[in-house]
Parts: sequence; C-alpha cells; structure tokens
Amino acid sequence: MAESEKEIVVEDPTAPAEDSPAVAGTRTVGLVVSLLLMAFAGLMAFDNWRTGMGWAPDGPKAGYFPFYLSMILGGASLYGLVAALLKRTGAEQVFVNRDQLRRVMQVFIPTCLFCLVTQWLGLYVASFLLVAGFMRVIGRIAWWKSLATSFVFAAAMFVTFDIAFDVIMPKGPIEALFGH
Amino acid sequence: MEALGLLLHGFEVLLTFKTLSLMMVGLVLGIFVGVLPGLGGPNGVAILLPLTFTMDPTSAIVMLSCIYWGALFGGAITSILFNIPGEAWSVATTFDGYPMAQQGRAAEALTAAFTSSFIGSLVAVLLITFLAPGIASFALRFGPPEFFAVYFLTFCSFVGLGREEKHKTLISMSLGLLLAGIGMDTVSAQLRMTFGWSELYRGINFLVAVIGLFGISEILLTMEERLALRGHAAKISLGVVLRVWKDLPRYWVTLLRSSAIGCWLGITPGGAIAASFMGYNLAKRFSKDKESFGKGRIEGVFAPETAAHASGTAALLPMLALGIPGSGTAAILLGGLMVWGLNPGPLLFVEHKDFVWGLIASMYLGNIVGLVMVLSTVPLFAAVLRVPFSAIAPMIVVSCAVGAYAIQNAMFDIWLMLAFGVIGYVFKKVAIPLAPFTLALVLGNRAEDSFRLSMIGAGGDMRVFWSNSLVGSITTLALVLLFWPLVAGAIGRMRGAPVKTTA
Repeated sequence: MAESEKEIVVEDPTAPAEDSPAVAGTRTVGLVVSLLLMAFAGLMAFDNWRTGMGWAPDGPKAGYFPFYLSMILGGASLYGLVAALLKRTGAEQVFVNRDQLRRVMQVFIPTCLFCLVTQWLGLYVASFLLVAGFMRVIGRIAWWKSLATSFVFAAAMFVTFDIAFDVIMPKGPIEALFGH
Repeated sequence: MEALGLLLHGFEVLLTFKTLSLMMVGLVLGIFVGVLPGLGGPNGVAILLPLTFTMDPTSAIVMLSCIYWGALFGGAITSILFNIPGEAWSVATTFDGYPMAQQGRAAEALTAAFTSSFIGSLVAVLLITFLAPGIASFALRFGPPEFFAVYFLTFCSFVGLGREEKHKTLISMSLGLLLAGIGMDTVSAQLRMTFGWSELYRGINFLVAVIGLFGISEILLTMEERLALRGHAAKISLGVVLRVWKDLPRYWVTLLRSSAIGCWLGITPGGAIAASFMGYNLAKRFSKDKESFGKGRIEGVFAPETAAHASGTAALLPMLALGIPGSGTAAILLGGLMVWGLNPGPLLFVEHKDFVWGLIASMYLGNIVGLVMVLSTVPLFAAVLRVPFSAIAPMIVVSCAVGAYAIQNAMFDIWLMLAFGVIGYVFKKVAIPLAPFTLALVLGNRAEDSFRLSMIGAGGDMRVFWSNSLVGSITTLALVLLFWPLVAGAIGRMRGAPVKTTA
C-alpha cells in the first residue's frame, strides 16, 4: 500500500463529456434572465405604486424606496437586454451542455423530492432516503454501504440537532412512533 | 492602551472549557468544509449557523468565526496537493503550490501556506484590535443621515470598483434591496410586496437566501465539473516546518506587502479573491527572478495566502465597528448577530464588551490553534477527498435544509432555499455577482430605515446628506466611487494619457 500513501486518486466515470451537445447558450439564457428580471421589476413597481410611492407629510411612504429600486432593477436589466441584443459575436458560449444538465438534474430532482418528502415524513426520514438513494442510484455504491451510511448520518443529525442543540426539525409519523 | 486591557478581558471570557472545545469543533468543521468540493467559507458558515441558535452569542460567534478560519486554512490543502482550489481565493495558491507538490516539496508548500495564512490574519487582527474601537467610538456620533451615507458608500463602492459589468452589479444589488423590503415595513407597519401571500409577511430571511445561493447552487455547479482528482499525499514533519520558518525572515517584504493589500481589500469590498491575485502579481512584479514564478517558488505561495487571510480577517473590521460587512462571510456572521439578538453597529463595543473582545481574542487564539492543528492533521483531511461525492452531495443538501428550516421553523423556507439555489446557479453562470446581492439583502432594511429616519428628521429635504462636513464628505465620496470609471477616465484624459478601456 506504499503507492496509495503517496498518491490519492479518485475517478469520476460519469463525468460530463467536453463535446456533449449544448442545450442552451449563455447569451440566450442571459436574455431570458433579463426579461424575467424586467417582469419582476414591473410587478414590484406596480405593487409599490399601489402601496404608495410618494411622500406623506412625515416622509417617504412605504412604497417609495422599493419603487425606485424596482426602477433601477428594471433599467439595469433593460440595459443588459439591449447590450446583449446589440452584441454580435460569432460563436456563442455554452451555458450548459447535455451531459452537464443531466448531472445537474441528478442532484436537483432528488433535492426537490427530498423537500416534498420532508413535508410529509419529516426531515430525518427524508434525509435517510435521500442519502441512501443518492449513493445507491447515482453513486452506484453497494446497498449495504449506502444504507449503513445514511442511517448513521440521519441518526447523527437527530442526535446533534434535536437532542444536543435543541434545534427542532420537522418530524413525521415514524418519529412519533418513538415518542418524539 | 485601553485595548490591551480589554483584550485580556476577552481572553478571560474565552478561556473556559466549553468555549475552547467549541473553538476546536469549529476549526475541524471549518477545515473539513474548506477541503470539500462544493463547500466553502460562506456556505459552511451559513449551513452550520443553526447549530449556534441556542448558544449564547459569545460561544456562537467564537465557533462560527473558527469555522471561517478553518475554511481559510482548508482551502490551501486541496490547492497544493490536488491543484483544485477549494475556494476561489486559493486559485493563486495553486500557481506555485502545485508545482512544489509535484517536485516532492508538498510538505514545504503546505507549511508555507499555513504559516503565511497565520501571519496574514495576525496582522489583520492587530489592525482590528487597535483600529476598530476607535472607529466604533467615532461612529457613535453618527445619526441616521451619516449611517445612510455610509451604507450608500458601501453600495456605491461595489458598483464603481467591482470588476464585474456595472449593470450586473446594479441588478444584483437592487434585487437584493427589493427582496429585503418584502413583508412588513418597519416604519409604517404596512405590508408591501406580499400580494396577500401570508408566508411572505415575515419577509425573506437573509440566511435562507444565503444557504440557497451559496450551498445549493454550489452543489449544482460542482456536479457540472469533472470530479476526478489525482494528487499527492503529504505528511508534514517538524523538520520541514522549522526549515521553512527559519527562512521566513528573508521574505518579510512579500509578507508585509501582501498583508497590507489584504487588509485594505478586506475592509473595502474588494475581497479575499482579489487580494490573493494582487498579492501574487505584485510579488512577481517586484521579484528579481520573475521567470521562476509558476514553477514552484515558495514566495508564490506566501504572497497569495497572506493576502487572502489578511483580507478575510480584515473584512470583520467594518462589520464589528460599523455593522457593515466587508465580505460575504462577514455578512453571514452579521446575520447571525441579529439571530442571537444583538444589534450590529458601533454600540456593540459599548453594550456587549464581552462579545466583541471575546471574538477578537478568539481570532488570535483560533489562528494559533488552527495553525498547529492543520500542520499536524493534513494527511487526515486530504483523505477526506477519497469519500465519494455521491455520498457528500446529499449530506450537504440535508445540512442546507436543516439550516434553512431552523431559522424560523418554517417549511416554506426550505422551498425558498431551493428557489434561491436555482437563482444562484443561473446568476453565477450569466456572471451576475452574488456578493452585492448578499450585502444588499442583509443591509437593505437598515439602509432604508436610516434613509427614512433622516427624511423624517429633515422634513423631506435631500440636502440633509450634505448638512455637515462629515455626512457631506461621505456622500460625495460615495458618488465619486459610483462614477469612478467615468472619473478615472476623465482624469486620464486630462493628463493626456490614453484611456484604458476595461471590459
């Protein structure tokens, strides 16, 4: 084992390929983001105008500060939009390619599911499922290792937060069985 | 020398078994967080913040700041051994650190990195010890107009001096300020921007946003990259440490220069990342032997590490003295202060002496303990990288969720965190900076309050921001910084020099 002491090697067999086809370009996404920000700024400006963006006898009304901020936000986004439209560049930068998107979704979708499950079964059960599932399905780690790791992890979290530090997490029917 | 007496008092506060053990725990967690891919100083502090909710403020800040020092130390390990900067501010460390490791001088490079980190933060802590109380007592004379002017100055310097495209900084900042305004308006008690949605009445919590922006989005970004790594294992022997330390005095100019750069960029919102690059570049420029940089020169490790640490530490100075954070991590610590029921600002030095001086004392002690710890346990932490990312990623997600939920015991916050994770991912990829957003979100309400209080005091007369020489000069300076690129251009043209265009 002399070699492994000198060197640490970790492989990543499912790494995204460099030449994977692009899903979206940075410029396109930039345009969409600008449009969304402008829409958001417009919505906020409207709400603040409704709240009152002028001056009361004792100073600015509640909507004054945020109204002008939404104007700045809208203006800056408009500037970004126009600048991006006017800029004519040859090759567009890749925002995300297909392999990368696949990997990002591999984390993002389980995370969303985790949040959903937390709502119904509590945080500890959800985290057990997330860690075990992720290690097994995406990391292709042996069943027993995945289950053992996630059980130890969930138990350690429970002891740290609920017992040692008194930080109470959402709990579901399974914790209720044990009287928590 | 009142500061020395107070500092000694700080050490007294610190030297209890409980605080010291929390300090060790914080350092270990911090180094761990610094070494792991996809986690760093700000996210680590944000995720671990909930652990401190039930502690007294002094223990809490000691533990959190130690996590921060640990993360600063930890970033160097992966840069040198694996050529993977665990943090953006350790990128410059890889330039010479990794070549040194390849030549079999990993132990030397690591010792150099840790030692210079230690020196950098020591200089910054000295600065804080002697400067912060003065600034704070000066700021006690501030009224709402002065405070608004200082906030305004902070925002303007971000826009004017930042290296990102101006409109993107502006987008990031105004969005942060807007989101900070959601919920109950503190002056008129009116609800705004909630659209009748009861979950929004509380407002958007700063820490929830930070956990999403830095924690979740960082995981998504890390997944996009190739996670394979190949590097050197290293053990640091006492002999190597002593040899490197013996040579230290030869590099005093580099160390001093980098510390100064770091302190300056830490106090102003330049940040540790800019500081590390600037430290490296200046060391190279002033060196007689420029060619040897990038090929494993020990100075190339000293320079960026000293600057990064000095800056990371100095960023706490404006936070302590004025309640204005100098970095993303400082902003999170500031958010923590509010959770623990302290009111950030110059009054801290008067009302919470134990807290402030305990923190300052912990900066000294934490860095010394951290140095010893990191020198003796490098092989252990390097081995952490052997743990597959598919086991670490879901655990980080869970920690983020715990952090987000614990702040207000609200399930809605977990969803909010997820949304901010997506926003952070997209913003980073379209180059909208997140630091101004963080700063705006944490300072938004206070900036607005001070603006409206000044307006109420002055009967709506904007000239209140020029009503005396102090507030007038701060406001003017803010405007100069806001339009700095134009001002610099004008000065350049007047001198007849060719105007340098910045992209």
